[in-house]
Amino acid sequence: MATAAPAPKLNHIGLPVLEYRGGKTTLCAGCGHNAISERIIDAMYQMGVEPERVMKMSGIGCSSKSPAYFMSRAHSFNSVHGRMPSVSTGAILANHTMTTLGVSGDGDTASIGMGQFVHLLRRNLPMIYIIEDNGVYGLTKGQFSATADLGSKLKTGVVNDLPAIDTCALAIQLGATFVGRSFSGDKKQLLSMLKAAIAHKGTVMLDVISPCVTFNDHEGSTKSYKFMQDNDEPINEVDFVASFDEIEVDYGSGEVYEVEMHDGSNLRLHKLHEDYDPTDKSNAVRTLMEAHSNNEILTGVFYINTQQPTFIDLLNIVDEPLGQLPESVIRPPKSALDGLMASLR
Amino acid sequence: MATSDVALGEIKSGTNTRNRVVNNFSINVATVNGSGSQSANSVLLKSIFGMGVPVSGKNLFPSNIAGLPTWYTIRASKDGYVARKRDAEVLIAINPETAKQDVLALPVGGVAIYEENLNLKQYRDDVAFYPVPFDKITAAICPEAKLRKLVKNMVYVGVAAQLLTIDLAVVEHGLRKQFAKKQKVFDLNFGAVKAGFDYAANTFTKQDPFYIERMDKTADKIIIDGNAACGMGAVFAGVTVVAWYPITPSTSVVEATTDLLKKFRVTPEGKATFAVIQAEDELAAIGMVLGAGWAGARSMTATSGPGISLMAEFAGLGYYAEIPGVIFDVQRTGPSTGLPTRTSQADLLSVAFLSHGDTKHIVLLPGTVRECFEFGYSAFDLAERIQTPVFVLSDLDLGMNNWMSEQFNYPDKPLDRGKVLNAEDLERLGGFARYRDVDGDGIGYRTLPGTRHPKAAYFTRGTGHNDAAGYSEKPEDYIEGMERLARKFENARKLVPGPLTWKDGSSKIGILAYGSSDYAIRESMDQIKAEYGQDVDYMRIRAYPFAHEIHDFVASHERVYVVEQDRDAQLASLLKLDLQAEQVVKLRSILHFSGLPLDAQTVTEEFATREGLGINAAEHVENVEEHEGAVAS
Repeated sequence: MATAAPAPKLNHIGLPVLEYRGGKTTLCAGCGHNAISERIIDAMYQMGVEPERVMKMSGIGCSSKSPAYFMSRAHSFNSVHGRMPSVSTGAILANHTMTTLGVSGDGDTASIGMGQFVHLLRRNLPMIYIIEDNGVYGLTKGQFSATADLGSKLKTGVVNDLPAIDTCALAIQLGATFVGRSFSGDKKQLLSMLKAAIAHKGTVMLDVISPCVTFNDHEGSTKSYKFMQDNDEPINEVDFVASFDEIEVDYGSGEVYEVEMHDGSNLRLHKLHEDYDPTDKSNAVRTLMEAHSNNEILTGVFYINTQQPTFIDLLNIVDEPLGQLPESVIRPPKSALDGLMASLR
Repeated sequence: MATSDVALGEIKSGTNTRNRVVNNFSINVATVNGSGSQSANSVLLKSIFGMGVPVSGKNLFPSNIAGLPTWYTIRASKDGYVARKRDAEVLIAINPETAKQDVLALPVGGVAIYEENLNLKQYRDDVAFYPVPFDKITAAICPEAKLRKLVKNMVYVGVAAQLLTIDLAVVEHGLRKQFAKKQKVFDLNFGAVKAGFDYAANTFTKQDPFYIERMDKTADKIIIDGNAACGMGAVFAGVTVVAWYPITPSTSVVEATTDLLKKFRVTPEGKATFAVIQAEDELAAIGMVLGAGWAGARSMTATSGPGISLMAEFAGLGYYAEIPGVIFDVQRTGPSTGLPTRTSQADLLSVAFLSHGDTKHIVLLPGTVRECFEFGYSAFDLAERIQTPVFVLSDLDLGMNNWMSEQFNYPDKPLDRGKVLNAEDLERLGGFARYRDVDGDGIGYRTLPGTRHPKAAYFTRGTGHNDAAGYSEKPEDYIEGMERLARKFENARKLVPGPLTWKDGSSKIGILAYGSSDYAIRESMDQIKAEYGQDVDYMRIRAYPFAHEIHDFVASHERVYVVEQDRDAQLASLLKLDLQAEQVVKLRSILHFSGLPLDAQTVTEEFATREGLGINAAEHVENVEEHEGAVAS
C-alpha cells in the first residue's frame, strides 16, 4: 500500500473502540437509550475492560434490548420481564470474576421487577445496574410507569396522580453501595459515573433519565429533554481518574470529596451543594426527598461506600469461578459416599 | 418372648395369642405436633430395622408448627412390604385430643398403649390395653421439668420395646447412633427408654399376639428419606449453585444438600466451592438457577406445587433459550395451597408442559429413595447434555418419609458436562453458531461467559432467534428452531431412564404407574395373585418423554390399568397424547387422591372390581364387556 491508513487509537489493553461496538440499534432515532449505549462503549473502552470478561444482562423492554447494541464481544442474556436481577445473581455466583452490567428500564425495575430489584440491592452483589428511565412503557405505546412524576402528563393528556418511586432513595436505603442519577444527554457526567461504576466493587445503581422521544418528550412530561435541560440539578460534579491515568490535579480542600476505589482509581466529587457528604446514607435519602418537594431533578453520585462486603465476600467462596471448577473438586470421592452409607445403616 | 404364653386366654373377645403375629403389623403413634416425638419414632423405627425386620415409617402431620394432632405409623413387614397399610394394629396414644378416635380405629384384637389417665378402656373391650403413667415415670427420671416433654416420648419407646419384644440392646445401639457425640443427651434418653421398658416388664402381662423377632432382612440396608437422597444425588453430581425458597415438603432437599456441601465442598483454607442462596421467592430461585447454569455452574432448586406455578415463565425461557438447570418438585396436594403436608402426584401435567407457548420438559420420575439419589445426579448430566431444565418429580410420601433401601452406588461414569466449546475449540473452528444442529441430535454447542476468544460471545434471549442466536422474527427461522427443539425432545426418549417391568407371566393385563405408587402396586400384585389367582404385568415409568418400551407394553396387553395419585388421570392423559389411537382405548385408570399415600388394598379392590374378580366366571365376562362398553375412563 502506498499510504498506510492511520492506526486506530488503542486503549491500554490494546483494543480499538470498534471492538466495543454492538449491533445496529433498532430503537427510535433520538432515544436516550442509544446515548447511554454510546457512553457504556466509551467507558468500557476507556477503562480497558476486556470485552470477553463482561456479562451484559437485561430484562424486557426498550432498555433491555440495548445490550444488543454495544459490546458484541461480551456474552449477553436478555431474560424475562423484571427478572434480570435473579438471572444476574445466578450468573455472578457461577462466575464472580466477571464485570456484570445489567440494563433495565423503569417498568422492568420499578413495577414488575420490584421484588427482585430490592433483593438484589440488599445483597450488594458486584454488578452495575442501570435503569434507563423514561417514565413510560414504550413497546406497549406509552402507558405511565411507576417512576413517572406526580402531575406529569401523557401525550394523550392523562395526568399521573400517583407518586413516583425514587429508585435511588430506595437503593441507598436497601444496601446498594454506589448510587447515582444521571441524564442520557449529559455525556461528561454519565461517562465519569460509568467509569467509576466499573471500578466499584459492590452493587452500583444508576438511574439514568433517558427521554422517550416517541411517547414522553412533550410539554408536561418531567422526563423530556427540555425538562431535564431546565431542571437538572447536579449535586456534585463527577470526575473519575483511573488508576492508569497519570493526571495530577490539585483541588482546594473542602471543594472535593475524594473516594479511593478498589482498583486504585479515584472518584472525585466536586461539591456543588454545600457540604454534601456522599457517605451519609440518611442525609442522602433526605436530600433526595427534599429535591422532590422542590421539583428538582438531582443528579450526581448520591451515595458511595467502598468498605461494605459484597455477597460474594459473605459467601466466602474460592477465587476461581465456581462454574469452572473441575470434577475432582465438585464431585466428592467414593469414600464420601461410603461414609454416608455407613452412617445410614 | 418369655412372657408370651402367660397371657393365653386372659383377654376377652377378639384377641387370640395362639396366632402369634410376628414381624407383620403396624404401629401408630398418635402425638401432638411440635412435641418432639419425631426422634422417639425414629428410634423405634430403627430398632425394628436393627432387629433385621423390613420396616417403613410414615409421618402424617398437619400444616402447623405446634399443637395439632400428628400420627406416625411404622410398618414392620417380614415380606418386605413398605407401602402404607390402612390399619395399624398397635396404637401408642399420647394425644388426648384424638385418643378416643384413635382407639376406636384399632382393628379387633389390636393393642393400645396409652397415657393411663386417658382411660381408653371405657370405649371398647376387644383390644389389649396397656395404660402407662408416662408423666410420673418421666418425672422420676428427668429432674429438669422443661426437658420432660421431649423425654416422655422415649418412655413409650421403652414400653413398646418390652411389649413387642424388641431387644433393649438394639434400641440402645440405635439411640447411641442418633445422639452420636452427646453422652449426656444419650444418658437421659436411654434412661427414659429403660424406665419405660422396666415399667412394662414389671407391670404388664403380654395380652396380645404381636411380636418383633430377629430376622436378617436388613443387613447392609439403609434407612433414608427421599429428600435426603435427592440432596445426596445432587451433591454427587457436583451441584455448585443452589437457589431456593422454603416450601413444604421440599425444604429438606435443600437442607440435606447444604449439609453435605458444607461437609465435602470446603477447601482446606476454609473457602466454599459452592453457593447456596435463599431467594426472595420461587421466581427468583429459578432465575438464579438459569443464570448459574448459563454461566457454567451445575445449579438446582427444590420446590413444590405453588413454587412450580411461579416458575412457569422462567421454565419456558430455559426451554427456549436452552439453559441447563435442575428443579426438584416434591409434590404435595393441590390445587392452590391445598393440603400442604399431604402427598400427591397431581403436578405431572403442569410440570411436563410448564410455561406458555409450545413448551415441554424432561421429567424424571423416581419411585424409590435409591432412584431419588440416582436421578438426583443423572438429572444434572441430562440437563447439561440436552441443554434444558430437567425436572425431578418426587412427592411428599417418597420425600419426607423413611424408606428402607439398598445402599446407593457411587456414580459409575464421569460427569457429562455436555457440548461446551472453549477458546481453543473456537480458534480451531473459527467461530460457532449457538443453535446450529451440527451433530443432527438437535443440540447445539454453547460457550460460557468469560471464554477468552473474540468469537466466544453469543446473545441469549427468550425472543425469536436464528441459529446464530441473532434476533429474528422470520417464519423460517422460528419454525427451524422449534422443530429442532422438538427433535431434541424426541431424542431424549432414549437418554432418560427407561421403564422397569415386573412380569407375573404372560398376562393380558398390565399396570402402568410411576413414582411412590411402586411399593403399593407390587404388594397389590401379590394380593391379586393370592386372592384371585390373577397374573398381572407391571411397568413402572421412570421419565417423560416416554421411552418406546412403554408404547410396546401397552401394545402387548389387552387392558392396561394406569394407577396414579391424582384426580384427573394425568399420567393416563399424558400417555394418550403419545399412544396410537387404537392403543389409547386399552387404558383404564385407578385413581387415588386422598392426600394419604397409596396402599395396596386400594389398588387390589379397585382392580378386582373393574376386572370382575371374585365373582363367578359368567358374570365376570358380562361385567367386563359391559364395563368396556360403558366406561371410557
